[in-house]
Amino acid sequence: MNILVSIKQVPDTTNIRINPETGTLVREGVPSIVNPYDVHALALASLLKRLYGAHITVITMGPPQAEEALKEAVEFGADRVILLSDRKFAGADTLATSYTLAEAIKYLAQEAPFDLFLFGKQAIDGDTAQVGPGVARRLGVPLITYAVKLEIIDQEKKEVIVHRKTASGVEVLKVTLPVLITCDKEIADPPFSPLPELIKAAQTKPEIFNAQRPIPYKREKLGLKGSPTRVHRVYTPQLKSAGDILFVSEIGVSEAVEKIIAVLKDRGIL
Amino acid sequence: MKPLVWVFVEQEEGKVHPVSWELLGKAGELAQELDGVAEALVLGHQVESVAREAISYGADKVYLIDDPVLQYYRNEPYAQGVINLCKKYKPEILLLGATPVGRDLAGSIATSLETGLTADVTGLEIDPKSKNLIMTRPAFGGNIMASIICPNHRPQMSTVRPRTFPLPTKDPSRQAEIIREELGLREEEIRVKRVDFIPKDKVVNLEYAEVIVAGGRGLGKAQGFSLLKELAQLLGGEVGASRAAVDAGWIDYEYQVGQTGKTVRPKVYLALGISGAIQHRVGMQNADFIIAVNTDPKAPIFRIADLGLVGDLYQILPPLIEAIKKERGHGKA
Ligand SMILES: Cc1cc2nc3c(=O)[nH]c(=O)nc-3n(C[C@H](O)[C@H](O)[C@H](O)COP(=O)(O)OP(=O)(O)OC[C@H]3O[C@@H](n4cnc5c(N)ncnc54)[C@H](O)[C@@H]3O)c2cc1C
Ligand SMILES: Nc1ncnc2c1ncn2[C@@H]1O[C@H](COP(=O)(O)O)[C@@H](O)[C@H]1O
Repeated sequence: MNILVSIKQVPDTTNIRINPETGTLVREGVPSIVNPYDVHALALASLLKRLYGAHITVITMGPPQAEEALKEAVEFGADRVILLSDRKFAGADTLATSYTLAEAIKYLAQEAPFDLFLFGKQAIDGDTAQVGPGVARRLGVPLITYAVKLEIIDQEKKEVIVHRKTASGVEVLKVTLPVLITCDKEIADPPFSPLPELIKAAQTKPEIFNAQRPIPYKREKLGLKGSPTRVHRVYTPQLKSAGDILFVSEIGVSEAVEKIIAVLKDRGIL
Repeated sequence: MKPLVWVFVEQEEGKVHPVSWELLGKAGELAQELDGVAEALVLGHQVESVAREAISYGADKVYLIDDPVLQYYRNEPYAQGVINLCKKYKPEILLLGATPVGRDLAGSIATSLETGLTADVTGLEIDPKSKNLIMTRPAFGGNIMASIICPNHRPQMSTVRPRTFPLPTKDPSRQAEIIREELGLREEEIRVKRVDFIPKDKVVNLEYAEVIVAGGRGLGKAQGFSLLKELAQLLGGEVGASRAAVDAGWIDYEYQVGQTGKTVRPKVYLALGISGAIQHRVGMQNADFIIAVNTDPKAPIFRIADLGLVGDLYQILPPLIEAIKKERGHGKA
């Protein structure tokens, strides 16, 4: 089986701070991580490799430092890792990102077509969940989002069953490969890395693709230029004003309870 | 031709997700500012009643694709249907709910139409000068708000969070045209097949709950939620949670309120042992009334609470539950 995983390096947003004076992001000291959902996508690839044997290619688009994310992918058993990096890629919205990734995937597929494309369900920096669906469209492969389980039911015929979470339950879907799947956390848990892979990871130098080589990208479809959306304005959200603040130690528990009951009655709930 | 403001109407077995009607209400306002019309797209099988319902919720016209292939939601045929309609009628704006279906669909449509898409929007307005749609969404975990425009591509597309806009009033006497369109796909051409569906025991309807009793890390343990559940049940509401409580494994992710959880708009929101981090607040600050109980008087939740009680939630909850039981008892007698 030939698997492609697309991962993104994101700032660990739990640590994000905003400068209250300028309203801008404080980026210093914010560590970068592999997008958590993409880690589960990598884990699934790794599991399939151990169960059935597979060749895993991992790509990422980002600045040179995104190389670190690819090293982590090697720990999961990635056989080939590629960094799409060029200033011309910068500032891409999801449309330009899906173009850049899809062209690279098409190029790589010339060597051997892929059976399975694994994406995270969303990236935690933007939370858009749009890149996976976009790439599926560009590749012309069927899309299954919010996948929580994948089973190979017939290796010869390349038939798989995918469980997909919806608002009202879980859909059990059958599809013949190739398919593009966006992974939720339940899809697979990261394994412990065996030592040889850790050493291999440390020594890995990813292949770098830029805007000219090996793919002559259409300049007008890349980065900021190729992005239909524009940021119009950025601002810090307004807080609504607060009401009464009372100390239970001062008013006593029964008074506090009465206050709550009064609100519930006033609002027609009791 | 008048600019078309379109809403994709999301239905499951003929039952419409309320976010579609909320969007239709907003589409009406946007259309007015553009001197355009608000129109609905209804796709499904045997869903003419849904098309009529769309008219009663304000659609000036409905495009209906009724086909057995559309029996249940699948990306391929639904995307194809909407893409074909867009190519034929060239809408100015296309809005979808930021639901699992809407988000699955929107990315596919926008890519095929090579247009911009803004996800998970919490505000929509028309720029009076340029007439562009300004789509506002929280970014970086809600720390900042970003307004996005899509000036040179059409349609301008976004997925919008449920409960962002109010439900418009239904007027069953409204009349409008229903245009029937063909899907032009056969079942054999669709690659993904649904072989089974495992329904959830209980569908959590947080977005539409009137009362939410939410707990955070301050509960200290999973059992804390049994108290909250009891209170929520007594009040006919739902339990909610902060991400810290979900991450601790005390409660399921579907109960999470906030940036990466649900946006809620209850009449009363009780925040118990929740600090009120910005990512939590963006999901609940539109509640009509917020009651917060927290031991720390400096907790940011108090900055938005209508009634703030500085104290231990475990001191307040049991007597509160008792008092409500008594009230209920009186009510019945
Ligand atoms: C990208 C991103 C997305 C996020 N999305 C969400 C989201 O969708 N929803 C969300 O909730 N969070 C989200 N978060 C996390 C958020 O930043 C906070 O970490 C989280 O909301 C904190 O949860 P908490 O208030 O329960 O915990 P804490 O911040 O630890 O607060 C616990 C509070 O309980 C109080 N307390 C303790 N004991 C008691 C007691 N006995 N009685 C009363 N009060 C007590 C404490 O004083 C404290 O204020 C997100 C973060 C990021 C970076
Ligand atoms: N720059 C990128 N490079 C590689 N993969 C990406 C990139 N951006 C997004 N993805 C993939 O698309 C998924 C969804 O991202 P998003 O649409 O940004 O929420 C991620 O989980 C990744 O699998």
